[in-house]
Amino acid sequence: MLLKTKHFGEIEIDESKVINFKEGILGFEDTKRYIVLYDGDETSPFRWLQGVDDGQLAFAVANPFQILKDYDIEIPDEAVVNLNIENIEDVMVLSIVVVPEDLTKMTMNLKAPVIINTKNNSGMQVVLDTDAYSVRHYIVEELRRQEVNIGAGSDKKEK
Amino acid sequence: MLVLTRKKNESIVLNDNIEITIVDVQGDQVRIGINAPKSVSIYRKEIFLEIQAENKKAADVKAIDLKDLLK
Repeated sequence: MLLKTKHFGEIEIDESKVINFKEGILGFEDTKRYIVLYDGDETSPFRWLQGVDDGQLAFAVANPFQILKDYDIEIPDEAVVNLNIENIEDVMVLSIVVVPEDLTKMTMNLKAPVIINTKNNSGMQVVLDTDAYSVRHYIVEELRRQEVNIGAGSDKKEK
Repeated sequence: MLVLTRKKNESIVLNDNIEITIVDVQGDQVRIGINAPKSVSIYRKEIFLEIQAENKKAADVKAIDLKDLLK
């Protein structure tokens, strides 16, 4: 199907990749269907969580495990039950990123990740019952710390 | 809003599968126990509102190239 998006103009999306969010995303309860878009580079931790019901709605998201090496969470029961999760390998975890004008103040929400069961394409945002992670985690420092790894990755490609 | 008066150890049942119990009362602090199916999401309201607000900020993102975020 064709989808008119805020960031990418009109794009063709594969309906089999549409993810159903029964409850929507907190604050956006009316948008129930999303699709994960890559921006060309699949090795980048960043993705777009693009609304399908509302093409104007898109969240920059990131794989928190790629940005914070020691990010360690337990998938809450509500997600296991509601998304019918059977295998941890089927689970994709994404953190919503706030990208302000000043990129050095970019934050990601580690406290309320988006959990997706890729097996049945269902997802929800959960709130972790922990004080270990914040809703506004500054990520520029984390990215700098990892520059070595990212650099190493691109070196490999060049060879 | 429906307002009910409960004493310590008394409960309220919602929808026949959610039970809210007043576990303890100390001054202006009330400890509440909740028994609900695992599929039910339970949030402290201030955290719920904080996450809603973060999501709204996140959705307000201008056109960016995700590759720029790694520079």
